[in-house]
Order: sequence, then structure tokens, then C-alpha cells
Amino acid sequence: MNIITIFITTLITENVILTKFLGICSFLGTSNKEKNALGMGISVTFVVLISTILTYLINKFILIPTNSAYLQTITFILVIACFVQITELIIKKYFKDLYKSLGIYLPLITTNCAVFGIILTNIRSNYNLIESISNALGSCLGFVLVLYIFTLLREKIENNDILKSFKGIPIALITAGIMALIFGRLV
Amino acid sequence: MKKIFSYLFKENPVFVLVLGLCSVLAVTTTFERSYMMGVVVLVILVLSNLIVSLIRKIVSEEIRIPVYIIIISTLVTITELILNKYSKPLYDAFGIYLPLIVVNCVVLGRALSYASKNKVLDSIKDGFKSGLGYLVAISIIGLLRELLGNGTITIMNDISGITGYKEILHIFNNVVIPNKLFLTSGGAFILLGIVIGIINGRRSEV
Repeated sequence: MNIITIFITTLITENVILTKFLGICSFLGTSNKEKNALGMGISVTFVVLISTILTYLINKFILIPTNSAYLQTITFILVIACFVQITELIIKKYFKDLYKSLGIYLPLITTNCAVFGIILTNIRSNYNLIESISNALGSCLGFVLVLYIFTLLREKIENNDILKSFKGIPIALITAGIMALIFGRLV
Repeated sequence: MKKIFSYLFKENPVFVLVLGLCSVLAVTTTFERSYMMGVVVLVILVLSNLIVSLIRKIVSEEIRIPVYIIIISTLVTITELILNKYSKPLYDAFGIYLPLIVVNCVVLGRALSYASKNKVLDSIKDGFKSGLGYLVAISIIGLLRELLGNGTITIMNDISGITGYKEILHIFNNVVIPNKLFLTSGGAFILLGIVIGIINGRRSEV
């Protein structure tokens, strides 16, 4: 498939949050403030991009030649976990300001299903390196985009007069549903 | 009985704690896939709680999370291999959501918050309780989505290769026209939101 097609579809029509339901925990959890949403988005993008390249190389040059593709799940989650740890250490040591603003999100990324999900999609769809990177970039930008729009919407919704039992998570889910319907028809 | 019922709806990992929503929204297009996903998570949850509790005295605080993730992903890999061999249609239907059980917050959450501190038997019981709550929740969502979206209830279709039994109930018989909206991702979000809202309302009444 064309890399631009992959980029656009993953960015809008097949958005990670809205159609693949990945990263919903952080979507519902952190999207209370605009700044948090952006911080989370940037850290996720960084981790996804690098681990996409790492897992692609590991899969192609280690797992497939040794005929051990069934180890993909274990290997990939280890790569992500280690990479997140290393990133945290490096940022902590050399970029103190960045660490202060991103620090709390980094450990959460290991268990963010978006990261693992995007990497699995790359491998399962047999993308080559360029296509994988394009899928990763599109998905992450889609993640940031939806997270950001949703934060803005949520601030407005919180102040509205809604049923008491629908406050919080339920109304957030219904909003996300309407967003998903709109995004599915955009292209 | 009342205790079980109150547990299932008052402390449900999906409806109340809002954990593990990925698979609840993604694989629930038919009733069968939903309850099978519930069963898979239940089994993995009980086994991971068992193993984590057995090794809780050996594993030190600093390396807990990586060790637990490896245990869970090993269990998930075993499940993947079994499903791939014995029930290919189900394996294909689950797609990436089967390996994604590794990062399902319910499984890792129970390992960290309960099994790492409690005795083996209690941990198994806890895993079973949380898993059952998850199974009930995902089955309800699957049942509603398939019924409203397609007018059918698939009791057994994908796994009929193992069981030799096949049953798809047609409920509405074209009297009521089902709305395909509920099979799309947007419909899944809206339905889950409404169900959680109703359960919240019931809880505050009781």
C-alpha cells in the first residue's frame, strides 16, 4: 500500500483511539488538561517511533531467520519496557526540564495499549520499514489529535448540566462515540 | 447469591473501575467472541495470580513489573498457540487483541495490587472474582451489540470446530430492523457509555 494512504487512513478513518480502541485508559485518564494531553501524546509518539524501528529489525533479522515468530509477543513487550526505562533514564539525566513535564507519563507508556497495538499492527500487516514508520507516525499523530480535541470538548462538557449518573466516564464515552462516527466519515 | 450479584455490579472491573476497555470495545461484535474473550482473560488472570503469588517472596520490589509482564506474556503466548492450533477462526477474529491481553490493566493490576501481597489460595480466588466480573461485563456488551446491531445472538459459531455444535439465534425475525450503528466503533463507545451510566444510576439508588 502507498505510504501516504497508510498515513491518512491511520490518522483519520482508522484512528487508533476511535476505531481500534487502543490507548483508551490514557484517553479517559489523562485527558483532563490540555497540557497533559500534549505531554502524553509527545512521549507516546517518541516511544512508538523508536520501538517500531527496533521491533522491525528484531523481527526481520532475529525472530524470522531463527523460526521463532511465536516469541513476538514476549519479545516486543520486553523491547518496549526496556526502551521506556532507558528513555526515562536518559531524559532524567540530560534533559531535566523535559523530565519534569513528561516524567510521570513515561512509566505509564509500557502498559499503554496504543504502543503495543501499533507495533503489533505493523508486524501483522507485513509492512516494510518505511510503511511501518508511516503507520506509526500516522497513528501517533491521530492519537495526539483525538486526545487534544477530546480534552477541549471535555472541558466544555464538564460544566454542562447532565444527568448525575452520566457524569465523568459515561458521558466521555458517548462523546468519544460521536467523535468516532464523525471521524469514520471524514474522508 | 446476593453477595455475588453485588460484587459483579458494584466492584466490576469494567463497569465500575473502567479497566481493560480495549477488548471490551473491540471484540464484542458477536456474543460468542465476547464470552470467549472473557473466558481467555479469566483463565489468564487466575493463572497469573497463581504464579505471581507463588513467587512473591523471591521477586524484589524493583523488578516486580518486568517480571510480571514476562509471566503474563508467556501465558498469553501459550493461549495464542493453543487458539491458533485448535480454533483458527476465533484466533483470526481476535487479531491483535489477543496479544494485547498482556497490557490489559485488569490482569497486571490484580497481579500488582493483590497477588503480590497475598497467599496463593486467596490470590486464585481474587483472580477468579475479577475475571468473572470481566466475563460478565464483556458478555453483556457483546450480547447487546450483536442483538441491536444484527438482530442475532451467536451462541457458538467460530469455535464449533472444537465443540461440533453450531447455533445462531435469530431474535427479531425481521420484525424489528436492527441498526448497524451498534456494530461500528462509534456505536460501541455510545453503548458502553449508556450501560455504565445506567449501572451508575442503579448503584446510587440502592
